[in-house]
Amino acid sequence: MRSAIGGDEGAYRLLLSDLSRALRATVRRGFSGISARPNEVEDVVQEVMLAIHLKRHTWDQSKPIGPWIMAIARNKMIDDLRRKGRRTEVPIDGMLDFLEAGGHDDAIHAYDVGRVLTNLNGRNREIVQAITIDGHSALDVAKRLGMTEVAVRVALHRSLKTLAETYQETKT
Amino acid sequence: MKTDDLIKALAADNATVAPPISRTVLAALAVGILLAVAHFYSILVVRSDFASAITHDPRFIFKFVFTLGLAIPAAFLVLRLSRPDGTGGWPKWMLIVPIALLAIAVALEMLTLPADHWQVSAMGSMSLACMKYIPLLSITPFVAILYAMRHGAPSNPAAAGAAAGLVSAGIGAALYASFCIDDSPMFVAIWYVIGIAIVTALGALVGSRLLRW
Repeated sequence: MRSAIGGDEGAYRLLLSDLSRALRATVRRGFSGISARPNEVEDVVQEVMLAIHLKRHTWDQSKPIGPWIMAIARNKMIDDLRRKGRRTEVPIDGMLDFLEAGGHDDAIHAYDVGRVLTNLNGRNREIVQAITIDGHSALDVAKRLGMTEVAVRVALHRSLKTLAETYQETKT
Repeated sequence: MKTDDLIKALAADNATVAPPISRTVLAALAVGILLAVAHFYSILVVRSDFASAITHDPRFIFKFVFTLGLAIPAAFLVLRLSRPDGTGGWPKWMLIVPIALLAIAVALEMLTLPADHWQVSAMGSMSLACMKYIPLLSITPFVAILYAMRHGAPSNPAAAGAAAGLVSAGIGAALYASFCIDDSPMFVAIWYVIGIAIVTALGALVGSRLLRW
């Protein structure tokens, strides 16, 4: 992380992919009691990684990074459990309602995932997709869209913030 | 979105990193103090005997010992609680010092002052002004510090907000002390403490709403 903050993108990518594996195991363990679906686990992993990314300036570099990562993961997992708790607080009048609610749950989830990206406006979504799915660099994307590289970077950073906020909103 | 895709996006965004949170908070603290001083001079004045009181009157000096004694550990608390892995730690325990000193000062005052003077000392001459001006002078540092803390990631937003309230109230109360002519520790123990408690409680309330991330 130290070299990543120092500007080493390769080191950062390596760190993030190691981190995603560790977090997946952690989240799975944390949710062991509540039988979370794999895509729900993945959702939380992504939310934690976004938070780690957007808040990495709150890591005190003189201290070990482990407790800092765990603190963020714990916060986000608690938030997510609260969110789920609220969803299951809906009164259940009978078996039929219960089954229906279960059926809706997938729909709600798919909708949420879809909304994460639809919350970005057209241009920003295009940039995020070009960088992630197509694997272009910011410079390539800038050339293709006729923007400056800085503008692409700013748009990307803003989009990531928007994604993090999308998770926040589903909390309320 | 797949996690691998997210990793690509985050790595591509590596260049955009905010300055360390401690620097942001310290800058906000400095700005907040300057604004509070300006605010003070725009609505109040330093009392006329300030120069002689600050060198000769231990009761007047003690008002600064108490208010700054709260503000300084609270500032360290703000720095610590802005981080997700931050705990109260030693600054939390340092807050006991000004409170213990206040208790001793009140006891000394009660020992030296005849009982029939206690009420006059405790009620002072401007108790309501005290409760009004301490929160008022806390506003600018509170806004500045809260703004900075929103860049942080406090695990406990209410505690972080309370710490921001306490440091602001300490600054506001220290400024007000240089205007206020009620110097009895009994007055401080009632009216200053009420003013500071109001701001700290409001800080916890606002923090629990605005410091979530």
